[in-house]
Formats: sequence, structure tokens, C-alpha cells
Amino acid sequence: MSRLLRMDRSGHTELAAWSPGDSVAHARAATIFDEQLAGGYMGVARLRDESFEQVKQLPVDVEYVLLRRPIVGG
Amino acid sequence: MAAALPELDAVAWRRPADERSLLLRERISAGYTALYVAPLVAVAAGLMWLEPFLFPVSLLALAHAWVVPELFANRGAGVVRVPRTPTPGAAERVAQGLLGDLLGHEARALQRRTGLALERGRLGVWLVGDAGALLVRPGGRRVHTYCVRVADPELPPSDRVAHLLLALREDERGFATVANHAFAGATWRIRRRLAPARRPALDAAVAAAARTPNVPHGMPEALVRDVQRRSSVRAADGTAPSRSTSHSPDS
Repeated sequence: MSRLLRMDRSGHTELAAWSPGDSVAHARAATIFDEQLAGGYMGVARLRDESFEQVKQLPVDVEYVLLRRPIVGG
Repeated sequence: MAAALPELDAVAWRRPADERSLLLRERISAGYTALYVAPLVAVAAGLMWLEPFLFPVSLLALAHAWVVPELFANRGAGVVRVPRTPTPGAAERVAQGLLGDLLGHEARALQRRTGLALERGRLGVWLVGDAGALLVRPGGRRVHTYCVRVADPELPPSDRVAHLLLALREDERGFATVANHAFAGATWRIRRRLAPARRPALDAAVAAAARTPNVPHGMPEALVRDVQRRSSVRAADGTAPSRSTSHSPDS
């Protein structure tokens, strides 16, 4: 089961979950993902090999995708 | 090849950080410090040569020569100053769980103890706090400090660390470019200015950096991991020299 998590003021919030074979759940999650990107979040996928990659479209076969805020020089 | 950090668009005028730019910063910083310190030392020596009874003034000049680099280091250490925060609430506990998932066992324990997350990179060993980061260079003798934060100050502290850690993992050079450089200099100088609670993290990073080989830019990721793994194994076997201190994330 893959999950879409948003890092927010509550710690984090699970926005959606999908299985690789469940295209309906993935499409629903992808819609939420796109909305969050439009709202200023950035997607970072944790891949099966435990590396992290920036994503602009919701991948199907990942462990989870985190939505994070931009960083700036302090 | 990993995608560049999107935040780079906001600092398009900056030269991307790499080995050469870090070395250049180290040299400029050393030169800048020498420029401040050398005249004061010369004045102290000159006064003693002219009139030994002026030794109190010479001492004053030497004190200034000592204080100036300390002020630079103090500014550098300020990027990971311990914040005065109230008792962690529910959000912080949830964020701590997610951050713990992102870190390995050793790094998680170190982060909970010191507030700094240790992350090995190509440029060195990073210590990521909630509003800044330290980069201990391979060898462990030089450190760079950066002011960098997530653009939402209301996030729980562990979430702020997790944001920076994710950005660092996405694109290390991009992270070092976006972050504002605050200090480059000797590790011992920064260690003195760090809060005692933070020092074990720096010790662990120095120990890790002491056995970190210099990785040429452009080397494939798989090869980098292999080089770093072999280096860690050699250090664990005691077959490689290590300026290890009392803490080591791999021990």
C-alpha cells in the first residue's frame, strides 16, 4: 500500500492511499496530489530502494510520497 | 540523475555549490580572518619591541585578535542554536515519528539526543537542525554552516528538520546553494560555540567525516555508495586511520 502524506502543522496528515493495482484509488490520490502542488507543496517520493526523489506526478509503485513546503535561506 | 531542487529558481544568480566553491569559501574565510588578526598581532609584537612596559596594551591587542575569529564562529554556530520552545505538543510527537522513519536507527537516536539529524552526503557529513545546517567536510577538520529553514515557522520543530532533510536528500548541491552560507572554518572553533547538547552530534559527524573519502563530482550514485560503504567497513575493521571521537553513528 502506497500513501500520500502531507507534512503540516499537525505533524503530518495522510491524504490518500492506494495499491499498485488499484487505478481508481491512484487516480483519486493523483487529483489530491495535483491540488496540493497547486497550493505550493512539493512532492518527494520515497522509492523502494529507500532513496528520495522529487516528483511532479504521483508515481504508482512507491512506498510513500511526502508533500513538503519550500525551503529558503534563513 | 536526480532533479534539481525547485527552490533554486529563487536564487538563480547564485553559483551552484560544489567542491571547488566550498574550498574557495574556506580560503576566503581564512584570508579574511588573517586580515583582521594579523595587524593586531603585529601591533602587539611591535609595542613589546618598542617598549616592554606597554605589555598591557599588547595583551589587549592579542585579546582582540582572539575575539574576532570567535565572533565569526559564534555567528556560524548560531544557525543551530537551541531554541526556547515550550513542551512538545501532540503535533511535535507526530512529526517526531515521521522524522524517525526518515532516519536510520543511529541517526534517530542522535537526533533525539541532540536535535540534529546526521546525513552523509557527497560534500561531507551534514547535521541538519530546524533552522540551519552544518557541513563537516571530509577529514573532519573544516566545517561550513548554513542558515536555511522551511517557509512556514508554525510547523513543529521535527517537521522543520524533516523538510530540510528531504530537500538535502533530493539535491545536496541545490540545498547548499539555496541555503545562506554563514561560516567556514575550523571544527574546533565551532564546537566551542555550540550548545553542549549539540556537541555530541558534531563529534559524531567529525568521526564520520574522518573516514569519508573525497568523492569526485560526477561519480555515479551506486559507485559513491560503494566507496562510502567500503570506507565505513575499513574504519569498523580498524584498517583505516580515524580521528574518531567518543561518538560514532556507525559504532
